[in-house]
Amino acid sequence: MGQTDTAAVPSTAQDPAATSVPAGSGPAGEPVISVHNGSVRLGGRELWHGVELTVGPGDFVAVLGPNGIGKSTLIKVILGLLPPAGGEVLVLGSRPGRRNHRIGYLPQRRSFDASLRIRGVDVVRLGLDGDRWGLPLPVPTRFSPRKAAATARIAEVVELVGASAYAHRPIGELSGGEQQRLLIAQALVRRPAVLLLDEPLDSLDLPNQAAVAALISRISRQEQVSVLMVAHDVNPILPYLDQVLYLARGGAACGTPAAVITTETLSGLYDTPVEVVRTSDGRLVVVGQPEAPALHVDRHRPAVGGDNHDLG
Amino acid sequence: MIEFITGPLSHPFFAHALLASTGIAAACGLASYFLVLRAQVFTADALSHVAFTGAMAALAFGVDLRLGLFATTIAIAVLMGSLGRRGLADDVVIGNVFAWILGLGVLFLAIYTADRSTANGSAGITVLFGSIFGISGSAAMIAAVIGIGVCLLLVVIARPLLFSTLDPDVAGARRVPVRLLGLVFLALVGASAAEASQVVGALMLLGLLAAPGATALRLTSRPYPAIGLSLLIGVLDAWIGLALSYAIPVLPPSFTIVGVATVAYAAAFAGTAVRNAMADSRQRAPRPAATIEV
Amino acid sequence: MILADAVVGPSWNLLADIQELWSFPFMVNAFRAGAIVAVAAATMGWFMVLRRQSFAGHTLATVGFPGASGATLLGLSTTAGYFGFCVAAAIVIAAIPRAGRASGAHESAATGIVQAFALGLGFLFVALYKGFLSGIDALLFGTFLGVTSTQVVVLFGVTIAVLVVLAVIGRPLLFASVDPVVAAARGVPVRVLSVVFLVLLGVAVAEASQITGSLLVFALLVMPAATAQALTARPVLGLVLSVLIGVAVTWLGLGVAYYSIYPIGFYVTTFAFAAFAASRLVRLGGRNRQSRRRDAATAVPA
Repeated sequence: MGQTDTAAVPSTAQDPAATSVPAGSGPAGEPVISVHNGSVRLGGRELWHGVELTVGPGDFVAVLGPNGIGKSTLIKVILGLLPPAGGEVLVLGSRPGRRNHRIGYLPQRRSFDASLRIRGVDVVRLGLDGDRWGLPLPVPTRFSPRKAAATARIAEVVELVGASAYAHRPIGELSGGEQQRLLIAQALVRRPAVLLLDEPLDSLDLPNQAAVAALISRISRQEQVSVLMVAHDVNPILPYLDQVLYLARGGAACGTPAAVITTETLSGLYDTPVEVVRTSDGRLVVVGQPEAPALHVDRHRPAVGGDNHDLG
Repeated sequence: MIEFITGPLSHPFFAHALLASTGIAAACGLASYFLVLRAQVFTADALSHVAFTGAMAALAFGVDLRLGLFATTIAIAVLMGSLGRRGLADDVVIGNVFAWILGLGVLFLAIYTADRSTANGSAGITVLFGSIFGISGSAAMIAAVIGIGVCLLLVVIARPLLFSTLDPDVAGARRVPVRLLGLVFLALVGASAAEASQVVGALMLLGLLAAPGATALRLTSRPYPAIGLSLLIGVLDAWIGLALSYAIPVLPPSFTIVGVATVAYAAAFAGTAVRNAMADSRQRAPRPAATIEV
Repeated sequence: MILADAVVGPSWNLLADIQELWSFPFMVNAFRAGAIVAVAAATMGWFMVLRRQSFAGHTLATVGFPGASGATLLGLSTTAGYFGFCVAAAIVIAAIPRAGRASGAHESAATGIVQAFALGLGFLFVALYKGFLSGIDALLFGTFLGVTSTQVVVLFGVTIAVLVVLAVIGRPLLFASVDPVVAAARGVPVRVLSVVFLVLLGVAVAEASQITGSLLVFALLVMPAATAQALTARPVLGLVLSVLIGVAVTWLGLGVAYYSIYPIGFYVTTFAFAAFAASRLVRLGGRNRQSRRRDAATAVPA
């Protein structure tokens, strides 16, 4: 997984953040994230179990499932913010939380306050050095190679996400799609090996959804970054996906989209007849998915009845 | 010209006032940038009233005034921070707590004026409205040292604090202690408030704790220059205010300092409003792809 | 402010004590004025808490101080000063552009600066009007003594006016406060309502400040309202409860302060805060009971 330092985009400047990081090296193809028989409990209730997931370098993986099933919780487990209830979770060859400096994280998010007067590039820059104490010294860029490197790296990621035209405007004035691009740049700025994206397409309009999805896929290929993306709707990212992890109350299924998003697999997961329909333009629609009131009146209520079957 | 500057400085009272207010205004200016950015101005408002109660309690029970001020403001600051999520307290809770604490202040004021025959009748007024020209040399020195200390601590936590203000989730994932930083910040605001109540008085603290940061945020959207600007504006407000009050003795210094801070903010507000209007009228043309410079 | 010369100690016979209190015309006026301002403050305060505008309310409250001291300096009546300054400040705060969300950082900073400047102005007026320092405590912390019958009539009239306007705009104001976007889509003039509300709040504050002082009027605005909203989510019941709590704490404070050497402001804020704290506890207890009941219900499969 030494893919971060051999990024496809040539970088002339040495990234100060990356130099302090011991270059993670290993045989190409070693999994970036692996979850074996993973389960998680939140407030005394099991959210999901039996999760098997292997994300290789440069993979684009979507996490799907009904509301409240714990998709964001999976991200928190991978970040080491929440311990798994069982199973084995390895991130970049270590326990979760150990390698967070090599993970780019984009939380599920509110937009910035419209009156916030901080430039987009400054928000990106915080992704690079926001956890360092003290203030940056006001040395002119040409006298400080480190600062020049940081500036170059920020320009590079801003260019990569196509935000150069508006990165110097206050972020509160930007549209949702523009803010999202800058936040992706923030997550990318330290050359992470993995991007964890929590519903990045949420609250974007359809053209922007398609554009941001294409952007993430391009970055994943160009920079050899593995992407684990929580999504509510699989369709905008369907053409780019290598794998899908589908979480449901009955268990979880992981595999290629064609193998997982099928009538048989989902019916087995939900333990109810579910039908996957492909529309004429190639979009997938899941019909009869029990997201209806019967099971989702109150997501904090303990699971009632017999929807706790293992998959298979 | 030289006399113009050395004249006032030859008076010890003015030199002391200048020394104390420089340190305090620097600390307040620095804190105010974050207060405005974090939308915690109301918390600062509450702390200013807590400062009054703390000082009155110290007077009523015969404890050192400074001790009372610092103990109460810092304690209440941390309390308010810990009541809310991420060190940001709920508006209604703040309102109730500080209304009651103000009531306690009135009680202490009554105890102080009733029980102590030697009491200085206008002590309450002094605490509320400040008396920078009455500060002693040693007190001025202490104020300056505390001000510089608060500044240094704020500078040390500035970048992670900015990160956790703008982006708490990502900062948390990067192991920035978001909640702790919020509490430390409020404690530092409490210390600044305690010091500043000696300059402009408990009631007008917001002049130093809100105006410089709000002005700096109007003038630039680059965070690090804005932090420096905020400090500078705070200090300049204090200096110009003191000079004005010296030149026109009928104007009390706390009024001139707060007045200068208000005028500076109003000017920045008007200036940016005009600039925005002009930018709007210039038909938001697509800007040339700016070269990225940080 | 301190009724020290009247201290005789209560007989602990409630009826007799009240009779004694009300045998003094100044106390009768104090009770009347207290009830009137408590009604206005509690009603306006309920909307203020609902709209999360405590900070604006507190700023309006402090603005009364320069109003009163300025009026004294110019030899005008303090009543005119209170109303003039509070209403003017309400219009200034309403003019601060609101960027999207209710508590924008810049809006609250601007509000805070208005407040600091107003207080500075008040101090300047006091400094210019030498020999006025003894009265400053009353301006800041209020006085229930020396409320004249004329004043009571004026206060009563203003309160009625405030309540009438509120009755007219009450329902759209509630809608605009709870869900401004939907309200605007339904043709409710959200922006106008928010200006009218602030001006009304300014009037109520100016009125109450004359009795409670500039610093303590905020207690009457926020505490009964917050207590009522912790106890009930129903608007009409909440308003009634808020008014009842406001009047109760004011009268209780007056009664106790009469027999005590300590100031009324302390008692009113303390009783009000105790009510607020109790309401929070009640709600916490209620929530626990509710979730226990829900757990019990869900334990049995339906």
